[in-house]
Amino acid sequence: MTHLPYIAAAYALAVLVPAAYGLAAMRRLRQARARLAALDPRLAVREPGR
Amino acid sequence: MTAESSAAPGGFEMASRAAMFRPVDALSSLATPAAPKAPGRGLHRFANPGRFLRLAAALQPWLTAGGLILTAAGLVWGLVFAPADWQQGDAVRIMYVHVPAAWLASAGYLALAVCSVLSLVWRHPLADLAAAEIGPVGAAFTGICLATGSLWGKPMWGAWWVWDARLTSVLVLFFLYLGHIALIRAFDDPTRGYRAGAILALVGVVNLPIIKFSVDWWNTLHQPATISLTGAPSMYLGMLWPLALTALGYTLVFAALVTARTRAAVMERRIRALLMAAAAREDGAVPVAA
Repeated sequence: MTHLPYIAAAYALAVLVPAAYGLAAMRRLRQARARLAALDPRLAVREPGR
Repeated sequence: MTAESSAAPGGFEMASRAAMFRPVDALSSLATPAAPKAPGRGLHRFANPGRFLRLAAALQPWLTAGGLILTAAGLVWGLVFAPADWQQGDAVRIMYVHVPAAWLASAGYLALAVCSVLSLVWRHPLADLAAAEIGPVGAAFTGICLATGSLWGKPMWGAWWVWDARLTSVLVLFFLYLGHIALIRAFDDPTRGYRAGAILALVGVVNLPIIKFSVDWWNTLHQPATISLTGAPSMYLGMLWPLALTALGYTLVFAALVTARTRAAVMERRIRALLMAAAAREDGAVPVAA
């Protein structure tokens, strides 16, 4: 395969950057849900998808 | 939810977020009261945080799974099975990540502008939060577009960067995203930050047609569009399919990221409201301003 380092770097960026954003979003969502549940369990119970 | 908004001392929005000061109500009890019919009222159905969270939580797994599957399929197809280009060799495989990222950079900004219109014209309460969450995701995809473009440009043009009209206008888009992110965080009063960000987003929309038509208006080093909505694509189908798969997958990933971040933002706003209400109760104040 020609230009392999360039291709590998491009694909790594294209996969790793959205993955990092996804992990950060999951972590933030989990933390928000936990804090909300601690403040008012009734609200947290109503939040679906848990 | 009431549309008017004012800032209380200490920078906390009172009226527009009044419903948040009813901490013991369930999320679903925050329904918008009967309002006169007006353009955009249908969108206010989704201004209800409880309704938004239910809808977003139902959509989230589908967006995430669909995005991951389609992106993985498109990337593997483009990297392994799609043919090399007769001129560019295997460097053409960078196109399968560069082009979808470029499309989403522009589409994300368009979404940002739509949220800004919803915020400025109809004072849609979730539009501000959505715009604030689209900004960083859009900036990330614009960064991917610029970086992968550089990685393609070095072996093909012999330079990491040229001040070509297409490249420069995409760089301006990247700075617009960064400016939007910075601006909405620059004010103590979040409402003012959202308002300033919305105005910047709308002003920056002028850059989108410049990006799109830059390859036609100026004699650029960047190649002209290969795919258009009106004409047949001048691309081999064996290359077009993985590109379409990656573009669709990336779009779903973008939507999943924005949805997850907006869900978190809605919950964080509610947490702040609960904490404010608790503090007001301790002080003996009446927090509900509706």
